[in-house]
Amino acid sequence: MKVELKNISKSFGENHVLEGVDLTVEPGEVHSLVGENGAGKSTLMNIFTGLLKSDGGEILVDGKAVHYSGPLDAEQHGISFIHQEMNNFAEMSVVDNMFLSKELRTKFGLMDQKTMIKQANHYLGELGSNIDVLAPIGSLTVGNQQMIEIAKSLMTNAKVIIMDEPTAALTGNEIKQLFEVVNKLRAKGVSFIYISHRMEEIFKIADRVTVMRDGVSVATYKVADVAMKQLVHDMVGRDIGSFYPDRNPKIGKVALEAKHLKENGVFDDINFEVHDGEILGFSGLMGAGRTEIMRAIFGIDKLTSGEILLDGKKVSIHTPEQAIRHNIGFLTEDRKDEGLILEDSIYNNIALPSIEGFKKHGLIDDKTIDDFVKMLMKRLTVKAMGADVSAGSLSGGNQQKVVLAKWVGSGARVLILDEPTRGVDVGAKREIYELMNELTDRNVAIIMISSDLPEVLSMSDRIAVVYEGRITGVVDAKGATQDMVMTLATGGTVNATSR
Amino acid sequence: MQQVDNETPKKKFDFKQIISKMGTVIALLILVLVVTIANPGFLQPDNLLNLLRQTSINAIIAFGMTFVILTGGIDLSVGSILAFTGAVTASTIGSGTPAWLAILFGLLLGALFGCLNGFIIAYGKAAAFIATLATMTIFRGATYVFTDGNPISSNALNNSFLFQYVGRGYLFGIPFPIIIMVVAFLIWFVVLNKTAFGRKTYALGGNERAAFVAGVNTNKTTILIYTISGLMASLAGMILTSRLSSAQPDAGTSYEMDAIAAVVLGGTSLAGGKGRITGTLVGALIIGTLNNGMNLLGISSFYQQIVKGVVILIAVLLDRKKNKA
Ligand SMILES: Nc1ncnc2c1ncn2[C@@H]1O[C@H](COP(=O)(O)OP(=O)(O)OP(=O)(O)O)[C@@H](O)[C@H]1O
Ligand SMILES: [Mg+2]
Repeated sequence: MKVELKNISKSFGENHVLEGVDLTVEPGEVHSLVGENGAGKSTLMNIFTGLLKSDGGEILVDGKAVHYSGPLDAEQHGISFIHQEMNNFAEMSVVDNMFLSKELRTKFGLMDQKTMIKQANHYLGELGSNIDVLAPIGSLTVGNQQMIEIAKSLMTNAKVIIMDEPTAALTGNEIKQLFEVVNKLRAKGVSFIYISHRMEEIFKIADRVTVMRDGVSVATYKVADVAMKQLVHDMVGRDIGSFYPDRNPKIGKVALEAKHLKENGVFDDINFEVHDGEILGFSGLMGAGRTEIMRAIFGIDKLTSGEILLDGKKVSIHTPEQAIRHNIGFLTEDRKDEGLILEDSIYNNIALPSIEGFKKHGLIDDKTIDDFVKMLMKRLTVKAMGADVSAGSLSGGNQQKVVLAKWVGSGARVLILDEPTRGVDVGAKREIYELMNELTDRNVAIIMISSDLPEVLSMSDRIAVVYEGRITGVVDAKGATQDMVMTLATGGTVNATSR
Repeated sequence: MQQVDNETPKKKFDFKQIISKMGTVIALLILVLVVTIANPGFLQPDNLLNLLRQTSINAIIAFGMTFVILTGGIDLSVGSILAFTGAVTASTIGSGTPAWLAILFGLLLGALFGCLNGFIIAYGKAAAFIATLATMTIFRGATYVFTDGNPISSNALNNSFLFQYVGRGYLFGIPFPIIIMVVAFLIWFVVLNKTAFGRKTYALGGNERAAFVAGVNTNKTTILIYTISGLMASLAGMILTSRLSSAQPDAGTSYEMDAIAAVVLGGTSLAGGKGRITGTLVGALIIGTLNNGMNLLGISSFYQQIVKGVVILIAVLLDRKKNKA
């Protein structure tokens, strides 16, 4: 099936998000869509699938114009959308989620559970997956949830599958699996629109790539004929040089030390230290316990035993409030549930952790907060119509920048960043790295959890690797290799441990 | 698309936005107009003062309720707290305690009951609806036990100048309950909009987990909010008891409904996180105008209830439509 989007435009009030976008997808093609945060990629796909109404332009399927009256119409045309943030009913089983509002019935009008299970297994089997379809969907890994989304698309007989940043939360292995499935379906004539900020993936999986900037499509290339540098230039409108800035750390005394941290059944005997001005990377497979260690240090989860020392002094932290008082900041990996108050303004979101510091005679000083928020938004180049719009109306990457802004603004001396560049475009990634350098120059200690190996290797000074709830090694980033980290992350040993 | 600069982009005159922001005020004006046309006597200063005085009790309870609903909670126990604290204060004065002390005691008791609600909800992780439904029943029962089911009145009550002044006094020709309402409004307006606690209230209602991670002490904030609600209920109790010169064991029954209605009419979302206390004041005035207007027009109290219900329904449906658009 061939689809064409022609001259699509869309505004939200005075915010002109799309101003004449063209996109053509051939049958059996993987067509990548790239662009900065807020360029309009998700909005374009929302229009393509009938979730939003365009202000102008047309959608052609096999040469014929289509008009939607709702999202189910797009499905009928064989178009299916796997969203940036998946919306599942966590407590419901896989099969119930798959057949939600499409339940099969027996001739007596009752639910035909047997056939539904059979079909669910069939579609998942086609993808080479053997997920238990009776398990609650919330208990599955993000990778498996994605497989289910794809199986759902197959169920509706999709000919075009849209994936919006599908790999943002996947492990290396899961990404491999996903690509195998994409290749399998491509061979059967299914086409994909693949949105990602990870440039290397585009070169691995896509046939063609379209670059969007500020609401227009600037260029379409065959992937084989284009260099990464060109793509980045088209996206950002300038050259950004290398992806990673140089690090010239001035490492000082120990800022935070963890001793024998333990949380029953989650992690055990965790020992590490991070110094002033240092970036300590935390690597490991998804589910190894990296996030859980940091949550416990920050007082979100309870430690079973162990000690935390700040500047050599033992501290007791049982709530985030206490952690913040000890000048610790924590950018959580889950920005929708724990990072942001989506309905609230950017202004309130950024000011919240710092709010106690803005009191003057017991009242908060709006003017100072206003300057503070605007300064941070500018520093992090948050793209928004103003500080008073709701955080939820921002594009995914810009939401991430708002969460980062609130923690940078909190004046933390020890800053824990869990996947800080998730969903962030290449240009902004580089800006975040530079910001991290600037913070460590000011003596801030940074702990960075990241599943992006090149990022960990390039930005860390040392790397702690976690495997099944234990630290299997701490290596100097200089001289560390991807292989070395992966070996430790899968339970092996290497002999280049540091300090 | 604009990058944020130090200047916010200029907003054009947006008629739709004004309508949606001022919706409740417009509704109030229309209501006033309709009632005035039907009975021009409505606009007599005496009647307007009367209306404001009648509104004050509901408005004061609704101010506390606004905080509660902003966090996504609800407080059904306000009517019972009103009755119990009114009875205790009346009986304390009756037994010879100075009025100021008895009033202070009543207010503290109300705050304490609210605090108890908050404690159950924060630490017991109980749903606010169920928790306050239970304490509503308990506090009401306690009132009947305390009063033996009889009204409390005494000569001491009738002769206390201070206590009589609370509900029946005038300051510069304005009934004192109105003064209390205005002062309470100003205080809570400032608290909600100008203090860290106010911001935390909104944050808590918007996303409790995110607020917690951002350093909001969610338990403490919750307890404080229900304490405010209890305190406001007992303040209303003082006014009502003073006006009637006696404490009735069934006083304040179903007052929680009028308070909730005022908050919701004022545009505060029952899901929490969104709303304004100014809206609550307007909402309370709408309910007051309805009551007062229908009395003036001689509509029977049976029909009055139907009309009030229909108005609330229309307001809520309009609000839903607005949020969808
Ligand atoms: N419902 C909405 N109301 C107002 N503005 C919106 C809405 N949805 C999107 N926008 C705006 O449209 C612009 C484009 O957003 P979109 O989500 O399409 O970007 P994107 O290219 O997908 O970015 P990202 O890579 O960060 O996900 C942004 O400036 C965003 O603020
Ligand atoms: Mg997007």
